[in-house]
Amino acid sequence: MSVPAQAGGAPTGAPPVVEARGVSKSFAGVRVLDSVDLDVLPGEIHGLLGENGSGKSTFIKVLAGFHEPDPGGALRINGEDVPLPLAPGAFRDHGLSFVHQDLGLITSLSVLENLRLGTFSRSRDWAIGWRRQRADARTLFEEFSVDLDPAARVADLDGTQRALLAIVRAVHEMRTLRGSARTGPGMLILDEPTVFLPETGRRQLFSLMREIAGGGAAVLFVSHDLDEVREITDRATIFRDGRLRATVQTASVTDTELIELIIGRELPEHGGERDDVAPTASDAAVVVEDLSDERVESVSFALGTGEVLGLTGLLGSGFERIPYLLFGAFPAATGTLRTGAETLSLPAMDPVKAIAHRMALIPADRQRDGSVGSISVRDNAMLQIIDRYTTWRGLSRPQLARDCQETLDRFDVRPPVPGLAYQSLSGGNQQKVLLAKWLGADPRVLLLHEPTQGVDIGARAQIYEVIHDAARADCSVVCASSDYEQLAAICDRVLIFDRGRVARELRGADITKDRIAHECYTLADRAVPAGPVGPTEGEGEGR
Amino acid sequence: MTRTKNSEPATDVAGPGRSPGVAVARSLAQRFSIVIALVVVVAVFGSLRPDTFLTTSTLQGILGSQAVLVVLTCALLIPLTAGDYDLSVAGVLMTSQMMIGVLNAQLGMNIWLVIVLCLVAGVVIGLLNGWFVLLFGVDPFIVTLGTGTILSGVVLWMGDSTTISGISTGLTDWVIVNRFLGVPLAFWYGLIITACLWYFLEYTAAGRRLLFVGRGRAVSRLSGLRVTRIRWGALVASATLASIAGILYAGTTGAADPVSGEAFLLPTFAAAFLGSTAILPGKFNSWGSFIAVYFLVAGTTGLTMLGAQSYVSDLFYGGALVVAVCASRYSRRKEVRESGSL
Repeated sequence: MSVPAQAGGAPTGAPPVVEARGVSKSFAGVRVLDSVDLDVLPGEIHGLLGENGSGKSTFIKVLAGFHEPDPGGALRINGEDVPLPLAPGAFRDHGLSFVHQDLGLITSLSVLENLRLGTFSRSRDWAIGWRRQRADARTLFEEFSVDLDPAARVADLDGTQRALLAIVRAVHEMRTLRGSARTGPGMLILDEPTVFLPETGRRQLFSLMREIAGGGAAVLFVSHDLDEVREITDRATIFRDGRLRATVQTASVTDTELIELIIGRELPEHGGERDDVAPTASDAAVVVEDLSDERVESVSFALGTGEVLGLTGLLGSGFERIPYLLFGAFPAATGTLRTGAETLSLPAMDPVKAIAHRMALIPADRQRDGSVGSISVRDNAMLQIIDRYTTWRGLSRPQLARDCQETLDRFDVRPPVPGLAYQSLSGGNQQKVLLAKWLGADPRVLLLHEPTQGVDIGARAQIYEVIHDAARADCSVVCASSDYEQLAAICDRVLIFDRGRVARELRGADITKDRIAHECYTLADRAVPAGPVGPTEGEGEGR
Repeated sequence: MTRTKNSEPATDVAGPGRSPGVAVARSLAQRFSIVIALVVVVAVFGSLRPDTFLTTSTLQGILGSQAVLVVLTCALLIPLTAGDYDLSVAGVLMTSQMMIGVLNAQLGMNIWLVIVLCLVAGVVIGLLNGWFVLLFGVDPFIVTLGTGTILSGVVLWMGDSTTISGISTGLTDWVIVNRFLGVPLAFWYGLIITACLWYFLEYTAAGRRLLFVGRGRAVSRLSGLRVTRIRWGALVASATLASIAGILYAGTTGAADPVSGEAFLLPTFAAAFLGSTAILPGKFNSWGSFIAVYFLVAGTTGLTMLGAQSYVSDLFYGGALVVAVCASRYSRRKEVRESGSL
């Protein structure tokens, strides 16, 4: 279904700023990027679209010199051949500049210091002429009509101002840090810079992007949001499953076509909302009401006993915060959690309290939040229940070892060696140990965030099985995930978030990968006010 | 594509295929490296100065007098395991030693009552350290550097900058004069405290939690550990043990002087880090530190007997600390690399 990729809205004749030919990348024999041919023209704003894992991030990381591409690919910048792989940081010499989602600003320093960070790291000057630098910064800000005070501390700026600063800095570096031998326009790569910005911030960002493109440089704009891509880009390239599927003229393509290119299938016929089963809060195991924090707005839902509830949405929609907020890992602004006869205040929640109410959280970042890599598998797996092994003469280590061995065998952790350091296990096995750790404490509510991230296919199926077993044993499961296939495989019900709110609810036969993707991508377009998603009947069927 | 830290497939089995015999020998050699080093040091100095170094009295002297360092190192190991530095241990030691000097030798208070007061003082200092660190969220390195310095000031003031002798023989008898198997009781106290700490860290749930708090604060918090309370407890335990070390110091010397205690700080750190390279490599552990203390002391004593100037002990302790920290970092990295991840 490839749409011919030709002629952007840019002056013809000039060579493309970036011309990639047959760029591939494999990890351990798996092709995650397959023979990509991509041209970005001068003066063009070029969108880059694709699901998680589609290969667009990998492609950008090849340009940044972070990944070494497979042999055979070629890259031309401004018509000149550039040898691959690029050395890390070499992109600067070719006039490329990146703004990542985290912006890379040091918040305790001033706007000016941040602006000049890249220069300082390369400069051998002994004396910095601050007065002149300030004047230069003002001129730069004026040029792009950005209202920033060079002396302000970045910590005092709002999100939009920070994004603007990061982008102006990138343009500035693109101009000044280029190797002397190179000519031609540069390219600015923006990796989802608008995700956390309010509407007015997006406007400002877009006008800045137009200024930059108007000056002849190319802009590669990575986004999830179809609306944005339609509004700002001249052309867009869609990645799916590691391949470039199409490069299209944005003006001449419909939303439906775009979504089809992104998710790779014909869209299912979109029926009306199903009649919701009348909510009965009484048989729900957990009822969450009016949960808010800085990115989530008044979220309410009920969770039935033994139900597997999926939470999803596009990046920035806030769904991924829910498990942490329920567990008290970071504080909520408002909200209550009702379990049984007890009503807990969520702003006052903390992990100790959550565990006392038999909740368990399996975070996405296993290395940082889940387990301690340098400590043995045994100690990690048995941490929650270690008190059971305390006798009058200390820990019963033989008993502990026996039970741990039994647990590792039961969860099929390979290799089943309790004494091994946790970090020496593969991703899938690390995740199994984490599940063992928490399920050993027999939780009633299991909160998961991206439970199969970095997990190989085989272990994935086993993890699904473990989750289903827990649900069959009447544990209620909340799974926040951006993996639609996984949600379709394990969930009884899926809530789709948009801008911090629950916007859609899917259940039963509606829960398919395509349908979830369709809802996620089209929510923003239709801007239909979300219907009330009340507490609903618990028991899921048809697993 | 979200960033996954673990997308590179890690090998399923730890370590590259190496013959198990060599690996075992290598790990044994590492575990007992400090014991081997101790034997080597003793053998070298013994052969150079057989008549002075290899005598019972030298041995008894070293074993007895260095029990103070053993106990102080145990004190330090607790916050180190919890991931916090405590630089006030030497200050606490001097405080309790000076309290004995002033209250017992000068004011004539009952020695056992004074000992109880010293312990109370230790607990209070630990609580204060924890209060600053945890309620204000300040780096314990800075806080304890400050409190330690305040304490040495207080000690100078209390003792009027002079050495106070005449501490009750009740204490000296029970520390250094009375012997068991020919070795002063102080040594046995150090041995018992080392064993208790080992038991605590290895055989109790609380010890496990302490280790988790030290290695992963976020993990510990999300696993429902009361991180603040545990860190606070570790600082209180360390100040209390340091206070006991001060009591032993007063008992060992029979006097209280306001400055010599400061010299304990560096050897304590050297022993703690050196100990973490052995017995249980990569982990602060009390037996490793116990042996490290005697290794360090045997080294400096031997050098002094060879006629080296007293500054040599500073060179030795400082050098050992730097080497130990590098070695422990290296062995931790090697452990990570050989287990085939990341």
